[in-house]
Amino acid sequence: MLNNFPLWPESASTIAHRVDALYIFLLIVAGMMALLICALVIYFAARFRSRPGVRAEQIEGSNALEITWSVIPFLVFMVIFAWGAVVYFQERTPPTDATEVYVVAKQWMWKVEHAEGQREINELHVPVGRDVKLIMTSQDVIHSFFVPAFRIKQDVLPGRYTVEWFHATKPGTYHLFCAEYCGTQHSGMVGSIVVLEPAQYEAWVNGSPNGPLSATGEKMFAELGCSSCHRSDMPGRGPNLQGVFGKPVELADGRTLTVDENYLRESILDPGSKRVRGFQPIMPTFQGLVTEEQVNALVAYIKSISTAGTRIGANAMPSAVSASEGSVSSAAQPNGNQVQQ
Amino acid sequence: MSATNVVPQQQFERETYLNKVYGMWSWLLTTDHKRIALLYLISITFFFFIGGFFALLIRLELLTPAGDLVQADTYNKLFTQHGMVMVFFFLIPSIPAVLGNFLVPMMIGAKDLAFPRINLLSWYLYIIGGVIMLHCMMTGGVDTGWTFYVPFSTNYTNTKFVEAGIAIFIAGFSSILTGLNFVVTIHRMRAPGMTWSRLPLFIWAHYATSIIQLLGTPVIAITIVLVACERALHLGIFDPRLGGDPLLFQHLFWFYSHPAVYIMILPSMGVVTEIIPCFSRKRIFGYSFVAFSSIAIAVFGFLVWAHHMFVAGMSVYAGLVFSFLSYAVAVPSAIKVFNWTATLYKGSIHYDAPMLYAFGFLGLFTIGGLTGLFLAALGINVHVTDTYFVVAHFHYIMVGGAVMGYLGGIHFWWPKISGKLYPEGWARLAALIVFLGFNLTFFPQFVLGYMGMPRRYWDYSHMPEFQVLNVLSTAGATVLGVGYLLPMIYLLWSMRYGKPASDNPWNAAGLEWKTSSPPPTDNFKEEPVVTWEAYNYEELDAPPQALEVPVG
Repeated sequence: MLNNFPLWPESASTIAHRVDALYIFLLIVAGMMALLICALVIYFAARFRSRPGVRAEQIEGSNALEITWSVIPFLVFMVIFAWGAVVYFQERTPPTDATEVYVVAKQWMWKVEHAEGQREINELHVPVGRDVKLIMTSQDVIHSFFVPAFRIKQDVLPGRYTVEWFHATKPGTYHLFCAEYCGTQHSGMVGSIVVLEPAQYEAWVNGSPNGPLSATGEKMFAELGCSSCHRSDMPGRGPNLQGVFGKPVELADGRTLTVDENYLRESILDPGSKRVRGFQPIMPTFQGLVTEEQVNALVAYIKSISTAGTRIGANAMPSAVSASEGSVSSAAQPNGNQVQQ
Repeated sequence: MSATNVVPQQQFERETYLNKVYGMWSWLLTTDHKRIALLYLISITFFFFIGGFFALLIRLELLTPAGDLVQADTYNKLFTQHGMVMVFFFLIPSIPAVLGNFLVPMMIGAKDLAFPRINLLSWYLYIIGGVIMLHCMMTGGVDTGWTFYVPFSTNYTNTKFVEAGIAIFIAGFSSILTGLNFVVTIHRMRAPGMTWSRLPLFIWAHYATSIIQLLGTPVIAITIVLVACERALHLGIFDPRLGGDPLLFQHLFWFYSHPAVYIMILPSMGVVTEIIPCFSRKRIFGYSFVAFSSIAIAVFGFLVWAHHMFVAGMSVYAGLVFSFLSYAVAVPSAIKVFNWTATLYKGSIHYDAPMLYAFGFLGLFTIGGLTGLFLAALGINVHVTDTYFVVAHFHYIMVGGAVMGYLGGIHFWWPKISGKLYPEGWARLAALIVFLGFNLTFFPQFVLGYMGMPRRYWDYSHMPEFQVLNVLSTAGATVLGVGYLLPMIYLLWSMRYGKPASDNPWNAAGLEWKTSSPPPTDNFKEEPVVTWEAYNYEELDAPPQALEVPVG
């Protein structure tokens, strides 16, 4: 058992080393603070233990000391805060040219779709030395995509995308855990991240029977009739989607936002909520008509016909709560996950 | 109710709150704050051992990587009920409803709380909530986790969430009423001369706690109602398919549940602030800083809730703000720790059991607080949140801190409450066992957490490397269990066989020690007039010819 007993997790991503550095710094700082207090308490307790004839010396307090031990810890805290914030922003800012992978979580499995078309369950194959961005959503409850060896974790929510990225530095197989309690088999919602050498990864990718995800999306775009309104050859009843991704768009209510994955997703499932200025609210909702995987394919297609970069706000703010129009009954939830009550 | 069975030891026994009237109804219909405190003591002890039993089963399941002791669903119910029982039916009422109830009026020189009947009502609400929770557990239980995140709790669980929600909802009102009673009592019923700057710091801590109970608890009540409505009527508050937002739930939940941590720890800090000066024979170092740090914690405590949500899908800028504020709230806690330590300096330190618990509190709370610095650091939080690191951290605060303080307080005031001395040797041994058992249970969990073991895992057979630390933790839990059983046994024993306590066995400062042990129903023979500051140990320890010595 002991040869299987590490006390430190493997570090296999660029972020992991940054998190470890801060963690070690904190271990030192906190260790020193704890030692200081323990040493003082033990020393005082021993040195000033009650002795016959010796009375305690009454001390009212000291403003100078109070200020010292408020200000110094506060300054130390601010260093930790700033360092932690820097690491956090690195964790939360995916590079613009990252390889994109779509993740759909459900009770109790991880479904993964690569842009090249490979599909996996509870496994994710990635190449070493490349930035990988995960665009994640859940079909049911909240899950959390946690890879300890990469020191990354991000909750996966129903009804929107959240994003997580990493840059693996070491080939190997690493744990993937669901870290947000999600029901009976929460502890069974585990898998592996397989980090391959680039050549191995190319071989793995080329073994795929499916076409690229965007091609699937393009087919669906036609099948669902999207292309009859969203035309690129002439003005249609819906906005032309060519080149919109990553660009600002003006909404009917006067706001402007940047088109990202979450906005595309919301516009497919709840088209009334953030309508583009100059277009009528005539688009039907596709909530319940398309699966999460199909939404991902459509999003991937719309992105593929955009020339702009592919960076999205790491975690866009939740959709405006006002939008109850255009939503459909919960009974239409796809993929047979029965909603109770 | 065994407290009623105390055998009269003298032929002409002095009338106390314990022997004034006898019989079940004299207890169940009492409006005496001291008797209500004992009713609470018995009730929360009952729930503590239920919650502790669940914890033991959890630890036993985790002894081996495979899920082999109980079913997955059973395990999920165990940690859910462990959390709900310990948080809502033990920790939140623990010090305020037992020691606070007993001591707040006596410490300020009042006959009772401002609203004695509301005080009794609060105990009945607690009992009604508790009975519903028991019924819920015996007829199936809940598996949502004590945090009952949506949409799992609204749309997916088929366990008895609504019943548990009702239990917590009702128990919450008990907490609100206790807080209300304390605030009014502390404002209106102080004895002549008992100014705000002469109040024992236990009172300041309870005042700060009461404010949180009054302002925070309604939010969890509202949240439970919203979840129940969403579950029954599909209103679309939290359900994204209906335009709702699941993160809204987390904001509401933590808006109460983070300050709730301070409901648990502030009273414990108050207890320790009484114990340390007494056993150091010194006034507290920096009275006003300790007092105002309680208020600062109560205020800042309301502004840090979203540090539970750094990976939940919140904006990174919100994360920045809440991380900063979390460091801000750490400062008043640090101030307290430094002031307690400084109080020891040049003291005359005694190592009685309450002081050992206070030392234990200092050590464990310091570790709990310092690991909070790790969690508030955004970059580290991403890795360790929802792992055993968090489990270890909050147990250091809520068990290491709050329960150590509670046990220290129970020992410190036991002579006053029961009129009997507890056996000192056993009590010191128990304090030591609790401290060692606690560290053995929870320290390995920090390591487990950084290695990446997620919390709420029933089965870790894919990661056998976590077993050694889990075995250590389970071993520690057994030791800890013994440490918690011991005081229960010898305190019960002492009620019958303990030596009678004098009015002030510790020669402690504070009005509660100036009345008899146990006190009469009206607390004081005549209304005290306060002419001294809190922690006037210099006067108490002065040579007899100079000043009167209260110990007979």
